[in-house]
Amino acid sequence: MIELTARKALREFDLDVELRFAPGVTVLAGPSGAGKTTLLRIVAGLTPPDAGEVRLDGRALHRDGASVPAFRREVAYVFQDYALFPHLDVLDNAAYGLAARGVGRAARRATARAWLERLGIAPLADARPRELSGGERQRVALARALAWTPRAVLLDEPFAALDAETRAGVREELRTTLASLGVPVVLVTHDEADVRLFAAPVVRLERGRVVR
Amino acid sequence: MLRAAVATASALFVLFIAVPLIALYAHLTPARFAATIATPAALDALRISLLTTAASLALTLLLGTPLAYALARGRFAGRAAVDALVDLPIVVPPAVAGLALLFVFGKMGLFGPALGALHVRIAFTTFAVVLAQTFVGAPFYVRAARAGFAAVDVTYEEASATLGMGPLRTFARITVPLALPALAGGAVLAWARALGEFGATIMFAGNLQGVTQTLPLAVYLGLESGDLDLAASLAVVLVTVALVVAFGARALERRAA
Repeated sequence: MIELTARKALREFDLDVELRFAPGVTVLAGPSGAGKTTLLRIVAGLTPPDAGEVRLDGRALHRDGASVPAFRREVAYVFQDYALFPHLDVLDNAAYGLAARGVGRAARRATARAWLERLGIAPLADARPRELSGGERQRVALARALAWTPRAVLLDEPFAALDAETRAGVREELRTTLASLGVPVVLVTHDEADVRLFAAPVVRLERGRVVR
Repeated sequence: MLRAAVATASALFVLFIAVPLIALYAHLTPARFAATIATPAALDALRISLLTTAASLALTLLLGTPLAYALARGRFAGRAAVDALVDLPIVVPPAVAGLALLFVFGKMGLFGPALGALHVRIAFTTFAVVLAQTFVGAPFYVRAARAGFAAVDVTYEEASATLGMGPLRTFARITVPLALPALAGGAVLAWARALGEFGATIMFAGNLQGVTQTLPLAVYLGLESGDLDLAASLAVVLVTVALVVAFGARALERRAA
């Protein structure tokens, strides 16, 4: 469970929200520039709120201006352009979170490979990110985010970098994968088609406020 | 007409650079080069140059890397001033740099009395050579490293953090590998500049064989003392290194691009 109370001054308005994200997928929808990405970054510890409190499973991640740094939060983040490490192959990208936790080389590669298999990209293990298509990149980003069993998963516009055809195929697959995790998953999108087809609780954000 | 003028100017310029360098090589026969390079004066200069440039490169990387990263990423008061200050040694005449170092570390310098009380001498030692080389060479590294770090998308570092990697390990695993061509290029430039350092070294460290006499200083001494073979042999070593650096850097650039 993510519990979030946050205020943050943005360029044209204030982000001001009070939200809870239960285990399972929540779609965070709203027009571009509504503050959705900022909200995700506050939860991940990449942007500090001006005021507020962030809790994950009861543990305070941000309170009274003191912050747990991003690398100690155990919150996975899938970036809009995926930000795959260009100098590492697909397998090492997927194993990165396990390496950060001191998991030995053989064990972390085995776990990462299992995730690549589950997402249908095992044959790409030795490829570099620049050799991949958009859809393949998204799967690597997902494997990298999930392989170390995070306590929450945040996805910023995971379909934005994909063409319409790829999008349709990936949507259903992503829905199944994310639904099975058992942790809070927040998926940001500005695309109403995603909102309709994802069949998950929806929170709408407009000009920094939650609207019903 | 214009084309002919351009061709002439270009040819003159190329000759102006190439002919003196060729003349250096032409002064010597291989046998005379081999005999001269084995003399104690030449071997001492080679040894001192290798030792001091290695030390100044280490010092440059150790102090220059954090500074370059701070300049590329940090937002702190006076950043623009620090940025300009770092570039200053590139345009300050080396002899002036040597004099300035003397005014700090020399017997009559700012830290002179304190160093004297501790029985530490810096000026006119091998360490002074290292300091002089670092002073004039390090800015080339910091400039290149700053640009290299700035070109690494912050999102990669953020991704590494969300995956559980702390700042130092993120720096080592993500930032440095992605900036490596720039870092290596800057390090080579700084090292080459340190190897060629003359003015600051002779002012601040003197010209003592086996202690502070580097290759450029030995070239100067060879000319002064009429030992032209010594001067030419060591000059050939320096020019050869310069050629390798110049062409090697281009090859690296091509591979990076």
